[in-house]
Amino acid sequence: MRNDVIIEIEHVYKSFGRVRALVDVSLNVYRGEVLFIFGPSGGGKSTLLRCINRLEKVDRGRIVVDGVCVTEHPKKVDIDKVRMEVGMVFQLFNLFPHLTALQNITLAQEKVRKRSKEEAEEIAYRLLERVGLPEKADVYPDQLSGGQKQRVAIARALAMNPKIMLFDEPTSALDPEMIREVLDVMLDLAKEGMTMVVVSHEMGFAKAAADRMVFLEGGRVVEVATPEELFTNPKEERTKRFLSQILH
Amino acid sequence: MAITSEMERHQPKLVPWGEKLSQVPWWALIILLMGVLIVYSVFTSATYQDAFLFLIAGVRVTITVSLISFGLALILGLIAGLGRVSKNVIYYTLASLYVEIVRGIPLLVLIIYFAFVVTPLAIQTLNSLGTVLLQDPAFGFLRGLARSLTDLNIQDVDMTIRAIAGLAFGYGAFEAEVFRAGIESIERGQMEAARSLGMSYFQAMRYIILPQAIRRVLPPLGNDFIAMLKDSSLISVLAVRELTHLGKLNRARTFRTFETWNTVAFLYLSMTLLLSLGVKMLERRMAVEE
Repeated sequence: MRNDVIIEIEHVYKSFGRVRALVDVSLNVYRGEVLFIFGPSGGGKSTLLRCINRLEKVDRGRIVVDGVCVTEHPKKVDIDKVRMEVGMVFQLFNLFPHLTALQNITLAQEKVRKRSKEEAEEIAYRLLERVGLPEKADVYPDQLSGGQKQRVAIARALAMNPKIMLFDEPTSALDPEMIREVLDVMLDLAKEGMTMVVVSHEMGFAKAAADRMVFLEGGRVVEVATPEELFTNPKEERTKRFLSQILH
Repeated sequence: MAITSEMERHQPKLVPWGEKLSQVPWWALIILLMGVLIVYSVFTSATYQDAFLFLIAGVRVTITVSLISFGLALILGLIAGLGRVSKNVIYYTLASLYVEIVRGIPLLVLIIYFAFVVTPLAIQTLNSLGTVLLQDPAFGFLRGLARSLTDLNIQDVDMTIRAIAGLAFGYGAFEAEVFRAGIESIERGQMEAARSLGMSYFQAMRYIILPQAIRRVLPPLGNDFIAMLKDSSLISVLAVRELTHLGKLNRARTFRTFETWNTVAFLYLSMTLLLSLGVKMLERRMAVEE
């Protein structure tokens, strides 16, 4: 399993004006792995994630996702094909407010995966069941709580049968009592062997589900280690300091 | 303590008359009164009745021309509006050129320009195209089409059509900006979520961005329709038999300036007030839904 690389990130640089968001970042993500990325805000975590499905373009470097180099010239790669295989969950959910929960999940299946309406709806109902919201199919997003919205958003991404799931601070915009329900869905997903790249501050989730953790600070990878190593014996001084700050 | 008692002393027990009176929508009552007066005149005065019956045909033309022009302006506006938010440099430049040029030219000039410059030019172009097609044996199968192209005459293009083209072209630029504003008002995350599901830019626009943007710009679009209904009076310079032009004709026919323009103004006002009532209701409904 270790040799089966699904995302290769090689020497990636990215700046926004004068701000250097990513500096010489190299990382591999293995098939079936849960990679947990953490670090202080402004450290480039979200930017790195967004570069993987090219919501941001890198300045320099190479990213290969499941055999396709997404950092090639836009005309040479069909980025939509790659994005079909890479699900993304956003901090602010980004559900489509003019569509019901069910339609949120079926739209891309029909228009992108070209599934029939019946098939798409069947899959959508099954996924709503799985995230614990079977009764919310015909409800519009503004009638859902934050946690429910995020679970629908996860179902929406899963409906495309992605090979990889990217989570961009999925619980940061949630009230504390709703974090649990979203993390539970993510834990289930991890157990089933989904490849996941998770940007988050939820150290509990990292302990329970992460295979490896990446500490990103100032746009650089400071340390990569398993949760056991990192929580008991972090090698880098900066990692130590950051962990002591958030774990008290 | 002293202050409260002071205030209590000045506070009358009932809402004062002055305040009550100031809350009455006097403007609406005055308009209503004027309307009643005109309707009364139409029923009692032969002059008003005559003017009214003569002018009512113009109302139909005004409404038809406005509807068609506005429909075309919406299509043009949507195409140009999408160009204004496009990353494609050529598309963006063409759309911006259209919007900036057209918004800087008075609508009246634009209408005249379309009627007497653009239309003749277009006819000439089609004529010479037909001639070329006729001369080249390779296009023998298009002989019928070529002949009708060469036979095309400037008189064949009705003034109403030229007027509609001018109005639609002029208003299209304004609607483009309305659509652009609507599209830009949708949070960036919507496009990102759609794209991250594998939708193309076009699909994301079609299924995610535009449905939300168009709902949001319905009230401004409604207001623009009202503005166009009023501006359609400009095409009277092309002698299209709409309301204002019939007003001119009626005045010339009867020499009743006062009655004629009273009735014309009243008819315009009835249409626009009715429409703005509709827009207000639309706005209220959307405010509830938001």
